[in-house]
Amino acid sequence: MQTADFTALLPFLLIAAAAIAAMLTIAVTRSHRLTLAWTLIGLAAAFVSLFFSLRVAPRPVTPLLQIDRYALFYIGLIIAASAAVAALAYGYLERQADRPEEFYLLLLIATLGGAVLAASSHFASLFLGLETLSIPLFALNAYLQNRKRPLEAGIKYLVLATASSAFLLFGMALIYADLGTMSFQRIAFLLNENPEVHPTLLAAGTALILTGVGFKLSLVPFHLWTPDVYEGAPAPVTAFIATVSKGAVFALLLRFSADLPAAGPIAVGISLIAAASMIVGNLLALLQQNVKRMLAYSSIAQIGYLLVAFLASGRMAVETVSFYLAAYFVMTLGAFGVVILLSEAGRDADGLDDYRGLFWRRPLLAGIFTAMLLSLAGLPLTAGFVGKFYIVAAGTASARWILVLILAVTSGISLFYYLRLVIVLYTKMELTTARPTPPLSPLGSGVMILLAGLLIWLGVYPTPFIRIVQALSAGLG
Amino acid sequence: MMLLTLIAILLICGPLAAAAGRWSREWPRWIALVATLIGFQTSLDLWMRHAGARAIFSSPSAPITWMEEFDRSWIPRFGIHFHLAVDGLSLLLVVLSFFLGTLAVLASWNEIQERVGFFHLHLLWTLAGVVGVFLAADLFLFYFAWEMMLIPMSFLIFLWGHERRVYAALKFFLFTQLSGLLMLVAILSLVLFHARQTGTWTFQYADLLGTVIPPGIEIWIMLGFFIAFAVKLPMVPFHTWLPDAHTEAPTAGSVLLAGLLLKTGAYGMLRFVIPLFPISARRVAPIVMTLAVVGILYGALLAYSQTDLKRLVAYTSVSHLGFVLLGIFAWNGLALQGALVEMLAHGISTGALFILVGQLQERMQTREIGRMGGLWETIPRLSGAGLFFAMGALGLPGLGHFIGEFLILFGTYPVSRWRAALATVGLLAATLYALRLVERTFHGPNLHRWRLPDLSAREIVVLVPLILALIWLGLYPQPVFDTFRIAMISLQQTVADATLALAR
Repeated sequence: MQTADFTALLPFLLIAAAAIAAMLTIAVTRSHRLTLAWTLIGLAAAFVSLFFSLRVAPRPVTPLLQIDRYALFYIGLIIAASAAVAALAYGYLERQADRPEEFYLLLLIATLGGAVLAASSHFASLFLGLETLSIPLFALNAYLQNRKRPLEAGIKYLVLATASSAFLLFGMALIYADLGTMSFQRIAFLLNENPEVHPTLLAAGTALILTGVGFKLSLVPFHLWTPDVYEGAPAPVTAFIATVSKGAVFALLLRFSADLPAAGPIAVGISLIAAASMIVGNLLALLQQNVKRMLAYSSIAQIGYLLVAFLASGRMAVETVSFYLAAYFVMTLGAFGVVILLSEAGRDADGLDDYRGLFWRRPLLAGIFTAMLLSLAGLPLTAGFVGKFYIVAAGTASARWILVLILAVTSGISLFYYLRLVIVLYTKMELTTARPTPPLSPLGSGVMILLAGLLIWLGVYPTPFIRIVQALSAGLG
Repeated sequence: MMLLTLIAILLICGPLAAAAGRWSREWPRWIALVATLIGFQTSLDLWMRHAGARAIFSSPSAPITWMEEFDRSWIPRFGIHFHLAVDGLSLLLVVLSFFLGTLAVLASWNEIQERVGFFHLHLLWTLAGVVGVFLAADLFLFYFAWEMMLIPMSFLIFLWGHERRVYAALKFFLFTQLSGLLMLVAILSLVLFHARQTGTWTFQYADLLGTVIPPGIEIWIMLGFFIAFAVKLPMVPFHTWLPDAHTEAPTAGSVLLAGLLLKTGAYGMLRFVIPLFPISARRVAPIVMTLAVVGILYGALLAYSQTDLKRLVAYTSVSHLGFVLLGIFAWNGLALQGALVEMLAHGISTGALFILVGQLQERMQTREIGRMGGLWETIPRLSGAGLFFAMGALGLPGLGHFIGEFLILFGTYPVSRWRAALATVGLLAATLYALRLVERTFHGPNLHRWRLPDLSAREIVVLVPLILALIWLGLYPQPVFDTFRIAMISLQQTVADATLALAR
């Protein structure tokens, strides 16, 4: 390997170094503050190193990883999101756990897995990345081991994630049996060159891979674990699963399919999955009384919207998905951030009652939450609006009228449940019956204000960010 | 730059007022007042500057004659511009917006005692959205402003409204939001058809005029726009959100809703539906005009049967906006001028009536007509103002509504005699509800022995400009016609050109 290869790998090396540093720190002294500091410093360094890697990009590092603008963008997104989760989790863990330090260690390892996924160009690195991402999540889900629900969530996630990995592996094996290669580029090349490969083997392989990915993205009909795990997992972990885990898998999916010929039956299948995700996600979210479950169904719908953009195929798809994913990261982290900050010792703030009249106690937090919910609903002035606009534009441009119509109708429906929560926030109530809210840490409120700023910036003046996603889509698709 | 000032002053002063609200209750009110006054002054300046403009149609390729423009690239990826532009039509409505906005701030001076800073943030931002709607010359910007006014407006109803405010705010929000979503899809489809023909993405109004769309599809895209505007106007089957929203909103909210937000619906019809889709619009015109007449009669009848004073005023809006809709779809010079005057007059008189109801409610803690009666003997000045605006609403000659309704009926007659005749019956019905309003509230014996304080100096300051404006509009509407004429001819020209081009 050359020096340039190491430069390209810098982000990975730095995240790994941060994980090791955190582990050593824990071995010497149990200091929550110090571990958090290591985590944040490591992630910040990794983020800065992206710009060094950018100079040598695009560059294949071994056949496994492809370090290009696309990969670096998603790695940056993943790093930023896990830094936000770590910062928000600090106050939460102070109240909840007696040994909070390992949390950050697991978080860093999972982040590394996500970064590998975003850069992988080969089935082997795909699987490595996916497992590096998933295995720490089993532990993270069950992190608060003296509570019942997190344990349940951990086991549920363990079983289903393993099953989905098995599907994925089997799918890869079928494709390998057919084409004799595991490199994405090679697969695409072979398929584009000679279309007369074994269609059944290939279709079965692709379907199995889609099943595995569908589990990770919690798309309908593979979504059944989502509400339970979202509800059961500690709030910071839920935020991590909703953003980093899904974002990394989507990045991978997009890269895998970028060069593939737009196949008929697979595209129909994805359209059906997209439609089902939008409809089921939004309709079931209407019925939820638990805020975390509601956000779970809403995330199913959001990924369904993303699939509409995904189907546009080509550069437009890459651009749209990248923009919407960034917006989705911001608003999801913001929404879960409120849940994290309001959670008391012993339980997560997931009942509607926890939010009743929040505006009259914590106007800033309630205002930010409102902005995040309105953004999830796709209203103007927020990132969610520009994102949805992008998707509708991509959908109409590729003439997927039915999907666009479903998107319009279901996001109309989604207004009902987002608004219900907004209304609860502003309902006046007597001070005596109001729940006490835990004090806000400056770190937590800083992250929230930053997220709110990003949300408005992307919603009002998205042009600089659009330039970035346009540039990264140039190398792909 | 003046156009940018108009919006920026509101957008900036809103958060300022909210921040000032942390320290004092007085500061936000003054900040909001200063902001709206500066805006009013600027819009008047603009009017004066272009008062003597003459129509110049230099080339058929530039059919729109803007008086002033502000154009910057905003999201070049989709060809979206931050493009503000004003012609006579927008200008008059912007002047009205700031006029009513200033008075709305004054009218809520004592009514709002809670979260004053936050209230004025919402008030100013609603106004910013309304002004943005009137000034936008880019369809994306238009949609942006369209949605932007809804959110703070819903919050105004939701946080400072009366008893059933949650229900009313939610209903208002969902009606307007869902219809707005249809409009977004329609805008995107229109842009897409244009992009297929020319290869460029653009949201510029002037570029999109005359886009050729297959007729089977054009009608659907037109309906997307039309429904959004019909809900806001409100046209009859879509009006059900209006009485609730008006009744539950605080005074300033009702003034903005009736005075301005309803106008955005009418404005959208004038500016977008007919010029962009002239053939489809002509095809649906008979149905729309019938519904407009139904609205005139139905609104007047329901107004007559209300027991809640605010609901009564709300239903009169349905009736008056029916006239506006009738005038717009009759689409001739007289009817269009009438529609514009009716829009202005309705803004003034309904705004004033809502302010009066608010003042009554502040004093009596009730809006039930049954609990009133004989108020003249205790509050003669307020009652006098009430009588004046009720006469305005029934179309007394010499006041703005008379000019508007007369011209609309005059213009509609050659297009459809029956509809014009039936709409005239609506005038009669207006007499009934207006007289009932005056008779049951202000006249008769003071059965409930009310002893109330009459208008204060501040309240007189609010009402006098409204009275003067309505008289001015009724006696000397010529400046309004002059300002509107160029814009109107230009709109008609555009539509005629597009119809010809499409028919070819």
